[in-house]
Amino acid sequence: MLEITTTRHNPLVDPVLSVWSWEIPVYLFLGGMIAGMMVLGGLNMLRLLKGEKPEGFYSVQTPVLGFVLLNLGMGALFLDLAHKLYVFRVYLAFEPTSPMSWGSWVLILVFPVLILSALIRLPEAWPWLGDRVPAARGWSQAILARPGLVKTLAWLNVTLGIGLGIYTGILLSTMVARPLWNSAILGPLFLVSGLSAAAAMVHLVSSLVPGHPAPRGFLGGALAMLVQPLGERPPAPGTANGLVRADLAFLAVELVLIFLLIVGLVSSSASHAQAAQIILSGKFAVLFWVGVIAAGIVVPLALQALELGHRIPHTIIPALLVLGGGFALRWVMVGAGQASHVIAATGM
Amino acid sequence: MPRFGMVIDTLKCVGCMDCVVACQTENDVPQGYCRDWIVTEVRGAFPSLSMEIRSERCNHCDNPPCVTCCPTGASHVESFGKTVQVTAEKCIGCKACLSACPYGARFVHPDGYADKCTFCLHRVKEGKDPACVSVCPTRCMTFGDLDDPKSAVSELLASRKSHTLLPEAGTKPRVSYLT
Repeated sequence: MLEITTTRHNPLVDPVLSVWSWEIPVYLFLGGMIAGMMVLGGLNMLRLLKGEKPEGFYSVQTPVLGFVLLNLGMGALFLDLAHKLYVFRVYLAFEPTSPMSWGSWVLILVFPVLILSALIRLPEAWPWLGDRVPAARGWSQAILARPGLVKTLAWLNVTLGIGLGIYTGILLSTMVARPLWNSAILGPLFLVSGLSAAAAMVHLVSSLVPGHPAPRGFLGGALAMLVQPLGERPPAPGTANGLVRADLAFLAVELVLIFLLIVGLVSSSASHAQAAQIILSGKFAVLFWVGVIAAGIVVPLALQALELGHRIPHTIIPALLVLGGGFALRWVMVGAGQASHVIAATGM
Repeated sequence: MPRFGMVIDTLKCVGCMDCVVACQTENDVPQGYCRDWIVTEVRGAFPSLSMEIRSERCNHCDNPPCVTCCPTGASHVESFGKTVQVTAEKCIGCKACLSACPYGARFVHPDGYADKCTFCLHRVKEGKDPACVSVCPTRCMTFGDLDDPKSAVSELLASRKSHTLLPEAGTKPRVSYLT
């Protein structure tokens, strides 16, 4: 028998650590998705450089959508801070051992890259702005006139996207006190999950109102800029198929990485094995098995394979499931990870 | 430069919580929070039971995960005594250090910054013991320089059996418990 009683009663720490609520899963999900959008968008910017026409290309929308989502994600992160007025302190230091410090600086680099990437097609995507701010067309033309700059921007999107995606996992994985997170697989897992969510998000938004010219009004134009592929024609079937095919690969890799994460935890120390049980059979098991594995990966994997095989029509259902699954993964990992703890191997 | 640590004799500790109250008074710890606390651990099966009572607090680890994860340098190792301290004016309240500490030694102060035991560095600088040590009615706690082989803490550790908390976490805690 082992019976432990404690007089400690600190809020957010006892009886189970619960310092991070909804804000952190939201931030990690959005951050991962933005990272994935930067990678996919960057790769497509390279295709456009090779002479493909921009009409219907989602890459010209992803920087704008990514920029908006990034602000939402950063907003969630800010809401989580307990000492909000001191947030500027993050940018008065660089702490090489702190992934949170790296991430803060990566985010600062992500902002200008997304803004510059968005400027390339902003006047076309949002005619209201293009008509009223002639300088926007000037900036757009100035960037487009320099293929070297576009190429640099494309590669910056790809590399910063990979950095941002991995960091969201590494942030958690460096904490030895939380055995569920303490795995190097978490970084690649969150990156691949972010890529999958990005493919789903881009597929979803480009399916909403395809083939209409952008409205010329302020609000309608702004909303269309976020969700509408450029031009009057809908995206070519190859574009949608390319996204579905990419998502199939991402989901398959994600499933393998989750399997490896669990194998690694179960075969490690007692602390890690017990942490794995929190998601396999404990409080978070239902959400993990149903939300993350079944609805978030296996079902969309099957549906998208059937779509590509022309057995069922393309719908937005797999994209919605993938997005829900990606968020559920962050929710489960943040919640269950805080509940996991190091078990004393030695007695008194 | 000293490397401060604490040695607590579990054979003397009766769990009276004088150390807890002294800390709260000395450091103006907000109501409902504590920087140190009492843990009672009972092991075995009746009638062969054993009990250990411990006064626990931040372990001021030699390898502190709360310091390495801090994005602003608010959590840092103080040069004097190599203790782990928090600069409130640098803390953004991200709570990464709370997640990183395997001992649950930190909490978020109602004013928003991470807070924890300081080993009463303000008292130690004046040549006094930390508040918890100074009030203990059974004199079960000893504070001093672990790098000085002639200090009381070093001599106790050399002469008695002791253990630290969660050594498997690799944090190298500097609070030891005599058994």
